[in-house]
Amino acid sequence: MKTTTALATLMALGLTTPALAEIRIGASISATGPAAFLGDPQVKTLEMLVEALNAAGGIDGEEVTLIHYDDGGDPNKARTFATRLIEDDEVVAIIGGTTTGATMSILSVAEDAEIPFISLAGAIEIIDPVRPFTFKTPHTDRMACQKIFEDIQARGFTNVAMISGTDGFGASMQAQCKAVIGDYGLTLVADESYNPTDADMTAQLTKIRNTEGVEALINPGFGQGPSIVTRNYAQLGLEIPFYQSHGVASNGFIDLAGADAAEGVRLPGTALLVADILPEGDAQRDIALAYKTAFEEATGTPVSTFGGYAHDAFLILTDAIARAGSTEPQAIRDAIEQTTGLVGTTGTYTFTPDDHLGLDLSAFRMLEIQSGAWTTVE
Amino acid sequence: MMKLTPKSATLIVLVALIALSPLLFPSNFYYRVGALIFVNAIAVTGIVILTGYAGQVSLGHAGFAGIGAYACALAPVHLGVPPALAVVLGAVLSGVLAYLVGRPILRLHGYYLGVATLGFGILVTMVLTNERALTGGPDGIEVPDLGLRGLLGDLGLSLSNGQFWYFFSGLCMLIGAWIALNLYDSPTGRALRALHGSEVAARTVGIDVARLKLRAFVISAVYASVSGSLLALQNRFVTPDVAGFMHSIEMVTMAVLGGVGSVLGAIFGAAILTLLPQVLTVFAEYEQMVLGLVMILVMIFLREGLLPSILKKLRGKDE
Repeated sequence: MKTTTALATLMALGLTTPALAEIRIGASISATGPAAFLGDPQVKTLEMLVEALNAAGGIDGEEVTLIHYDDGGDPNKARTFATRLIEDDEVVAIIGGTTTGATMSILSVAEDAEIPFISLAGAIEIIDPVRPFTFKTPHTDRMACQKIFEDIQARGFTNVAMISGTDGFGASMQAQCKAVIGDYGLTLVADESYNPTDADMTAQLTKIRNTEGVEALINPGFGQGPSIVTRNYAQLGLEIPFYQSHGVASNGFIDLAGADAAEGVRLPGTALLVADILPEGDAQRDIALAYKTAFEEATGTPVSTFGGYAHDAFLILTDAIARAGSTEPQAIRDAIEQTTGLVGTTGTYTFTPDDHLGLDLSAFRMLEIQSGAWTTVE
Repeated sequence: MMKLTPKSATLIVLVALIALSPLLFPSNFYYRVGALIFVNAIAVTGIVILTGYAGQVSLGHAGFAGIGAYACALAPVHLGVPPALAVVLGAVLSGVLAYLVGRPILRLHGYYLGVATLGFGILVTMVLTNERALTGGPDGIEVPDLGLRGLLGDLGLSLSNGQFWYFFSGLCMLIGAWIALNLYDSPTGRALRALHGSEVAARTVGIDVARLKLRAFVISAVYASVSGSLLALQNRFVTPDVAGFMHSIEMVTMAVLGGVGSVLGAIFGAAILTLLPQVLTVFAEYEQMVLGLVMILVMIFLREGLLPSILKKLRGKDE
């Protein structure tokens, strides 16, 4: 009796090798720190999904174990945890890297050890150039720019102003927007920036207002900055069409900015935000609604796009393991690369050896805030 | 039998720890933890020279680590120098900057150095974050391979990445500790300790207080820079976090926790504070709280730091 208790304790502590076959999946996510608003829903999502999967019998009857560490957004910690996951916990694949910095640190460890790795961060550098074992689920910021420019072009405007945060997200998107703006025949007539901790952006917005011929305004950034920009925009009585980025695609943004100020703001978002109003027959409707309902029931907090990235990463990975019929990292990698038409909350994924993102512009929906709620723009 | 000097004893203990610890490693992951301990220990040894020997406090040493780290990321790409030389370049740059910052300030008494270094560290972080075109901004930048592991492989000594960095950082830490221990017994070291005890008395016996403090500051900046370089080369990726305020505080905390007056104590502090977060992953949410609590307890009950206090207890030299 005593021995069994001791053995059970040891097993719980992970000190002995369990006799049962199990599939060990690792995650290094920024559940705390500056990127916690991204990482927190991601951890909760993974925990929820693993529980649901095991309750439904796991993958081909084998239980899935999730081992996750909180890297706090620190790339140095992320690298240590990635090493720990591979060397000590012997996982078959890694999900994570909430931020681009953490992702880039994990990436080299995963590539060296030849372990499949699905990142939850935005930057295009993660999958360009393509690395054999690295995949990612969120759109790139370049795609967000393209989606916005498409919409501006369709509305017949040409002169665009930009006000960007100097945080990693804002600065990266600013650079990407500048790189592709020429493709759409648009002109950047004003280019302002603010620090993520600034409490007032009236000065920059006034400058933009006084710029000759501005027809549309874009605000790359995430966190609280865009909410303040939106408030200031309303206070100054600006009326030019206003675009936010996918970085603020959550209800928290509307709450912070205020429904009045955010009225008419457009942004490229995912199906998840508008799951309720997606038409019957929309490919993403079922999965987006199912995830939204389950997440909100399990956590009591509204679903966010960022958790959706983790949802899709888990979906891609478990789908690949099931198809591979093996837990060999190489087999899993090959199966991920062969993923075709897998519908997730962010978009429909089709990976190829040259494309480890697997999404195109159609995955983004142009959303507009009306009376404090998300609507789709057709 | 010849009696061991404290210096040789410290070095022998360190060599034994570095060589024998791998025998107890349950997996290759622990090489990574070991390498991190050694890299941190190098920076903390610099703090021992500055704070333990000379009695000065710096709150911006991570700024120098940032310079060392980004030197390894940028110099090979933009100047075409090999990464090993970039380490030296970063160290020289850090030393020169420390000289320029320290020279006017170390003529003053009090906490001016602490405040100035605090500002310096923040400035470095801001430059690294905002000069996106050069540094890659907050998302960070890739660092080229040192190339030494491949070279060893060609010579028939094939090590895994983790093993290589464990032994290489260990060797660098040994050299750092050896220099610091030599400095302790040198005329400079004695003069530093004298001015730590009493600046007035030191000046009376003819010690150039400002110049010596400056020398200690420059040396410790070079230690921090080398530590940052090794971290960047090992991680193959670096973000402005390496120069961040929290990293500066971490260095000082490691030194104070282990015992800022002794090299071995400081290394012990670095080991504990590097290991704790790995042990505490289960309580990740309470990690900072536990660290804070440990710090408070050490400051109240073991003022000289963990290792010196424990050794004293063991020798039964109660005061």
